[in-house]
Amino acid sequence: MSREKILAAVKFNQPTANPLPDMEVLNTLTDVRTELLAKYKTIATAGGSFVYEVSGFDEIKTILKNEFKPGVKIISALDELSDYIYADTVKHEDGHTFADVELTVLRTNLGVAENGALWLTEKEMGSRVLPFIAQHLAVVIGKDDFVPTMAQAYQTIGEADYGYGSFISGPSKTADIEQSLVIGAHGPRSLSVFILL
Amino acid sequence: MFVPCYVDQFYPKAAIATLELLEKLGCEVHYPKNQTCCGQPMANSGYEHLTGGCNNLFVDNFSGYDYIVCPSGSCTLHIKEHLHADGKEEQATEIRKKVYELTEFLVDVLRVKQLTATFPYRVGLHQSCHGLRGLRIAQMSELVAEPFSKPEQLLDMVNGLELVPLSRQDDCCGFGGTFCVVEEAVSAKMGKDRVADHVSHGAQYITSADLSCLMHLEGILRRQNSDVKVIHVAEILNHSM
Amino acid sequence: MSTATTKDHPHLAAEFNRDEPRVNWHDETLWWVRAKRDIAAHKLPEWELLRETASQIKLNVLSNLSTYLEQFEANAIKNGIIVHWAADAAEHNQIVHNLLEQRGITKMVKSKSMLTEECHLNEYLKEQGIDVIDSDLGERIVQLANEPPSHIVLPCIHKKKEEIGDIFHEHLGSAKGESDPKILTETARQHLREVFLTRRAALTGVNFAVAETGEFVICTNEGNADMGAHLAEIHIASMGIEKIIPERKHLGVFLRLLTRSATGQPITTYSSHFSKPQDGTEIHIVIVDNGRSIQLGREEFRNSLKCIRCGACMNTCPVYRKSGGHSYHTAVAGPIGSILAPNLDMKKYADLPFASTLCGSCSNVCPVKIDIHDQLYKWRQVIVKEGYSPKTKTMAMKAMALTLASPTLYRMGGKTGRLVFKYAPFAVNNKLNPWYNQREMPKAPDESFGEWYAKRKGAKNS
Repeated sequence: MSREKILAAVKFNQPTANPLPDMEVLNTLTDVRTELLAKYKTIATAGGSFVYEVSGFDEIKTILKNEFKPGVKIISALDELSDYIYADTVKHEDGHTFADVELTVLRTNLGVAENGALWLTEKEMGSRVLPFIAQHLAVVIGKDDFVPTMAQAYQTIGEADYGYGSFISGPSKTADIEQSLVIGAHGPRSLSVFILL
Repeated sequence: MFVPCYVDQFYPKAAIATLELLEKLGCEVHYPKNQTCCGQPMANSGYEHLTGGCNNLFVDNFSGYDYIVCPSGSCTLHIKEHLHADGKEEQATEIRKKVYELTEFLVDVLRVKQLTATFPYRVGLHQSCHGLRGLRIAQMSELVAEPFSKPEQLLDMVNGLELVPLSRQDDCCGFGGTFCVVEEAVSAKMGKDRVADHVSHGAQYITSADLSCLMHLEGILRRQNSDVKVIHVAEILNHSM
Repeated sequence: MSTATTKDHPHLAAEFNRDEPRVNWHDETLWWVRAKRDIAAHKLPEWELLRETASQIKLNVLSNLSTYLEQFEANAIKNGIIVHWAADAAEHNQIVHNLLEQRGITKMVKSKSMLTEECHLNEYLKEQGIDVIDSDLGERIVQLANEPPSHIVLPCIHKKKEEIGDIFHEHLGSAKGESDPKILTETARQHLREVFLTRRAALTGVNFAVAETGEFVICTNEGNADMGAHLAEIHIASMGIEKIIPERKHLGVFLRLLTRSATGQPITTYSSHFSKPQDGTEIHIVIVDNGRSIQLGREEFRNSLKCIRCGACMNTCPVYRKSGGHSYHTAVAGPIGSILAPNLDMKKYADLPFASTLCGSCSNVCPVKIDIHDQLYKWRQVIVKEGYSPKTKTMAMKAMALTLASPTLYRMGGKTGRLVFKYAPFAVNNKLNPWYNQREMPKAPDESFGEWYAKRKGAKNS
C-alpha cells in the first residue's frame, strides 16, 4: 500500500528532531493596537476595496441604493437590511442558483489591519459560493473588530471549528497579463467594506 | 599576501597596488612565492574532489602568518568556506580564521580612517556577489537590515572621487567562473546589462573588490570600444596623481 | 501539451537570448516583481525574524514529517475528508482519473497546482478522454497556447499582451488585435464562469495543510479555486507531502510571508481554509510523494523541501530573468527547481545546478531561508561524482588541478599563456573560444605579479 510505503520512507529519511520555535517575541512585537482602523483603511483601499465609515445601517442602505440599480438580486446576511433577500432563507439552495446575484452583503467581526483582510466562515457566508459568485461583495464590520496582524487574527480564531473560512482582502483581481493589474477576475468585481462606528 | 591566479597572471597592477597600500599602512607584507590558486575554478565546477593538491599547497604556503590578505572576495570566500587539508586540518582551520579580503581587512583590522589617495573621476562600484553575500563586506539589498559598505567607506576617503548611483545596486555581473563559457549567452547578457547600468549613470571607471567580475566587464567594454575602464579598488585606494 | 525537449539549459538560454529586446522586457518585468517584494518586506521591521521563524517551523516539519502526515490524515478524515496516498506521479494521475470515472465525470475545472504540472496530469487525463480546463488566468493562457507555465506563480510572464490577445481571439472569440488586459480578463471571466457553473469536478492545489486540524489552505487572487470547489460535486486537492505545517497558528507566520515574497502584496485576495465538505459534496485529498521522501533522505538537499512555492527566487535570479522559465525544461524552474529536479532525474537535469553564478541572491529572498546557492554548489559535486559531467570537462579539470598543485607548472603555464595571448592572439581570439563571442580577452601583461615581486625582492636584497 502506498500509504505505508510513503510513511515508512518518510520516517526512515527524516532528520532528527528540530524543535518548534518560540513565537512569543514575534507575537509581542506585532501586537501593536494603535491606529488599527486608519491602517486597515489605508491598506484595504490600496488593495482596491471601497471602505466606508458609517454610523448605522441607514447610511449603508443609502450607499447601496446609490451604487446598485433597483431590481438587481441582492442577498444579505444581515436582518437589519430587510429590503434584500435574507441569506438564511436561501442558504440551503444549490450554489448554482446564485449565478445571477448582483450583490452579497455579509457581516464579520474580525478584520486584519496589516493586509486589509476580513475573516468570514461559512456561518457568516450562508452558502460558501455566495461571496465568490456574486458580481459584488459588501461586508459590514465593527470599528473595534480589527487586530494588527495575522498572528493576532489566528489567536482570535483560536480552535474554532469551521467547515470553511476565508480571509478576503479585496475585490478579485489578476496581473497575469503583462503584470497589468486588473480588478475583477473570477470572484466579485468589487469589495465594499462598511465599518460601523 | 594571497594573490589570485588570474590577478597574478593578467592584472599584476592590482596586486602591486595592494602590496604598496598595505606597506603604506604599516604592514609587513610577504608574498609566498610558491602560491598558485585557491582551487575555486575546479570546486565551483563540481570538481572539489580534485582540489586536494591545491589545498595542500595553500596550507604549506600560508601557515604561520598573522593575517592573510587577498584582493579578491571570491577567492577569500572560497578559502574561508572550503579549505581543508588531509593531515593538516589544524593549520587549514587556522588559515580559514585569518584570511581576509582587502577592504574588510582595511576596515575591520587596520581600522583605516583616512587615505592620502586621489582619484578625481566618476566611479561605479560593482558589488561582487561573493564578497557581498558571502563575506558580507556590504549589506545586500535582499535583506531588511541596516545598510553599510566597507568598500564604499574606503572610497569615500579618496579625494575627488564621485560614486555614481546605479539602478540595480547588487545584480550579478554574470562571470560565475566556468559559467562564463558554459552559459555564454546569459553570462554575456548579464555583463552587458551591468555595464549599461554603470555607463548610463556616467561612470568613467567601474571598480570592484573582485577582478574576476572586472575582467568580464572589461571584456564587454572593450568589445564595445568604450572609453570606460575597469580598475580594482586597491589601485584607487593607492592612487596618487 | 508540448513534448519534452532534449535541449539543455545553455542551448535553450542561448535561443532565448537571440531576441535581446524581449530578454530586456522579461528581465525588467521580473525585476519589478522583485522590487515590489523588497518594498513589502521593508514595511515589516520584523521581516528577518519572520523568515527565521518560518525556517525553523519548516525544519521541525521535516524532522517530524511522518507523525504530522498521520496526524493530518486522521484529522481530515474526522472532518469527513477522504484521503488518498500516491507514491508517484503515475499513481496520482490514476487516483484522480478513478475518482472521475467512478462518477461518470468527463469534464473537470482545475485551479493552480504545480504538483499536477510535475505529474503531467492534464495530458494523462486527456488521453483518458477527460477534458480539463485550467481556471487560473495565466494557466488558461498557456493551456490555450499549448505550453507549460514558465513561472510557478506568474504562469505566462513570458507572454506579451498582444500574443495573449491573439490566443484569445483564436480560442475565445475576442476581437482581433484586442490586447487591453481589462478586456481580455473580462473575456476570460465570462468564458470561465460558464466552466465553473457547468463542471461537476474541481481540482485544486494546496498551499498549506495543517496537521493539528486537518484543514488545508488555498491562496488565490482570482477566486478561481473557490468558484470551482464550491460549485463542484467533488473537490480533489493534490498536495506534496512537504506542504504540511504543524499548527493552525503557524499560518499566521506563513501567510504573512508568502504573498509579500511572491508579488509584494501583503496577502492574496483569498486565503481559503477548507475543513469539511459542503453537504452533499465530497472533498478528496491526494497526498503525493513522487521523489520527495528520497530528497528528505539527502542530508545536503532535504531543506529544499521547506519550499512554500512563492517564486521569489525566480524573480531575483539574474539567470532566470535572462533565460526564461522554459530554459529549465522542468515544471518548477529557476533556483529552487534546480535543486529539486536533479533528485527526480539526475541525468536529465544535470545541467540545471550549473545554470547559476552562485550569486546567492535566491537564498536571501527565500522566505524560509533555504540555502539554495549552497545546495547548487553541492549538487555540482554530486553530479560530477555520479558521472554526469562531460568527459572533456573532466579532462580539462584534471589538467587544471595538476597545474595548480605545482608552482612550477603553474608559472610555466601562466607565462606560456601570456606569450600566446601576446604573439598568437588568433589562437584564443576565434569562434572556438566561447568567451570571445561577445567579449575581448584580457590583455596579457609583460610580467606576472610573481615575476615583479621576485625582481623587487632581488633588488632589495642586492
